[in-house]
Amino acid sequence: MSTSATALNAGPKTAMRRQSLVLSGLLSAASAMLMGSMLAIWLQFRANAPLRESSDGSKMLRDWLPENIKIPEVATNTMMMTIVITCIMVQWAVYASRRADSKHTTLALGVALLTQIAMINAQIAVYPQMDIGVRDSSYTTMFYAITATMTVLIVIGLAFTLVAMFRSIASRLNDHDLVVAHAVYWYSLTAIFAAMWLVVYVQK
Amino acid sequence: MTAIETNSTMIASTSSNNSGLGIFGAISEWLTTTSHQRIGRLMVSISLLWTIAVVAVGLLLGVERISSSSDLIDATSVPQLFSIFRVGLIFGSMAPMALGISLAIVPMQIGSQVLAFARGALFGTYLWCFGMIIVAVSYIGNGGPGGGDRQMVDLFLIGMGVVIAGLLIVSASIATTALTSRRAGLTIVDAPIFVWSSLVTSISLILTLPVMAGALIYVAVDHSYERSTFGATDGVNAWIGWALTSPQIFLFAIPTLGVLAQIVATMTRGKQPLRGGLLIGVGLTSTALIGTVTQSFYSVQLDTQFADFAKSLLPFSMFNALPILGVLIVLGLCLLAMKNEKAKPSASFVLAFFGVGMVLTGMTGNLLLRITDLKLSNTVFDEAVLVYVGYGIILSLLGAIAHFGPRIWGRKMPTIPVIGLGLIGVLGVVLAALPYYIAGFTDQPAARTTGSLGDNSQIWNSIAATGQAIFLLFLVAFIGLVFKSASSGEIADEEIFETVSANS
Repeated sequence: MSTSATALNAGPKTAMRRQSLVLSGLLSAASAMLMGSMLAIWLQFRANAPLRESSDGSKMLRDWLPENIKIPEVATNTMMMTIVITCIMVQWAVYASRRADSKHTTLALGVALLTQIAMINAQIAVYPQMDIGVRDSSYTTMFYAITATMTVLIVIGLAFTLVAMFRSIASRLNDHDLVVAHAVYWYSLTAIFAAMWLVVYVQK
Repeated sequence: MTAIETNSTMIASTSSNNSGLGIFGAISEWLTTTSHQRIGRLMVSISLLWTIAVVAVGLLLGVERISSSSDLIDATSVPQLFSIFRVGLIFGSMAPMALGISLAIVPMQIGSQVLAFARGALFGTYLWCFGMIIVAVSYIGNGGPGGGDRQMVDLFLIGMGVVIAGLLIVSASIATTALTSRRAGLTIVDAPIFVWSSLVTSISLILTLPVMAGALIYVAVDHSYERSTFGATDGVNAWIGWALTSPQIFLFAIPTLGVLAQIVATMTRGKQPLRGGLLIGVGLTSTALIGTVTQSFYSVQLDTQFADFAKSLLPFSMFNALPILGVLIVLGLCLLAMKNEKAKPSASFVLAFFGVGMVLTGMTGNLLLRITDLKLSNTVFDEAVLVYVGYGIILSLLGAIAHFGPRIWGRKMPTIPVIGLGLIGVLGVVLAALPYYIAGFTDQPAARTTGSLGDNSQIWNSIAATGQAIFLLFLVAFIGLVFKSASSGEIADEEIFETVSANS
């Protein structure tokens, strides 16, 4: 008599439950659509602005950005660089989290948190430097609306970082998905910010 | 293949053990629940109240229109009532009802006990509900698009923002559930067709509602700081109006296709030929979102040079005709499946089938609306499109309640009353909308109740008002029937807990 028994095939593998990652992807898509629509309206208004002569009379310009408004480029460029640094930090967190290295994950997220606070600080600093009121012109109204919305998205990201960091401090070593989801959100936010930086702060 | 749904009578029996909590405990348990069925039922119940209110407003406007010299409503309130009819129908009724049914049903269909981010979904439901209350208060205080009270218009804009945030959170929860919580081995392609339609709807809303939010933020900042870059109060409609008409409203029709296909799948025990076609049909309807995010209407002029005609024909067809093709594919395949001799008739089919039929009629009307030579824009034809699509969606979603409801509360709904009421509902929709299709060709202006309303307007407006009254009665009667069935209907047998997905 044979001693071997015919075993049933193994059941299908349980589905991966990467809920945080999927949610983060959806949140990123929604954020991109939100800022995309605001940038599109911004570009439409800028394209439709009437033409005027430049101050030296040498060329015709779109009468969009009022002549007396100067955008503090040091602060805005620093913001762009800071968000890139944030990306590097969150990727470091992903790397450390994959190796279940709680200390480095926490450290990376902590540094990312500081850079995010720095970004918000820089954005808040931009407003008084420009010395403009929301009511001053179409440009200023739209400038405040679009930059404040971007800041809200950054604050949401900051809250996400705080959650990920506290969970890392609590040594939740199975939280790799959450750290990856956090990174996905920040990558998308970086792309969105880069688009806004180019349109609003560089091209003006 | 067969997907076994969670038997909710077991869940109900465990929850009934909590009867010692008392009334406040029971309310508190409902309000803080993480059960997908309860969250879904909460959302659907509130949306049904909104539906009754909105149809009552439609009836009021219909009666006011019968006589062009009528002063039943204060003249300054008329534009606000037209606006609340549109906003309420879309954001108070169609969208939350569709999402609420998805919340309750999708986890059951994919073999998941829980909803992904259930607390988030509950929070989203409350946000939506709170936002709609703010919107209603702003309308009462003469806010809303074109409203006379500046602060109330600001409140309206804030309310709409809150509503959008709530719907987005609920959509994200549904999409995440469908994508990540399926039982092992069940792919999204093999999942029941209603799951697929819910996924497509939620992703469509996640991609389109933020676009509306973006415009809303600009308008709100502009308005609250007393600027007129975006046209002040009158600019509200100009900037967010696209979200309150077609093709955006077609996105809310996607679940109705899932409902119909699901009911047919159950009737035919899964003998669905060309199942892939159903997925394509649902997907094609979602192409409306591309037209939506561009915030433009794509029309075509027939009486023009061929080059201009050809240039406008492509976007016109893509954004207005493709969704129709999607509906036709689903409808055709469902009818093909019904040829199966062993098909077991279902009362909910009547509601779902005619609901999709009404949506199709509305979409076809939209196609005509965008042909500029017909000069139908700014006439009541536009309102008829909304009524056909909106009421069609409601009809179909009530069919979903009749179909899925017994799986939740464990009691059957009576067949004959459901069919009878369904047919009355269909009659109501046709009478409420069809006269405005005809009146549109006689140039009856939209959103106006006095002055010159066109030839025979009294006849068409009387019929339309009668249709609104019939639909209102149908709604109240159907909701009463649902409550009666849920509390004292015949106990459902175990057979209904086995859902056959539409696999061939």
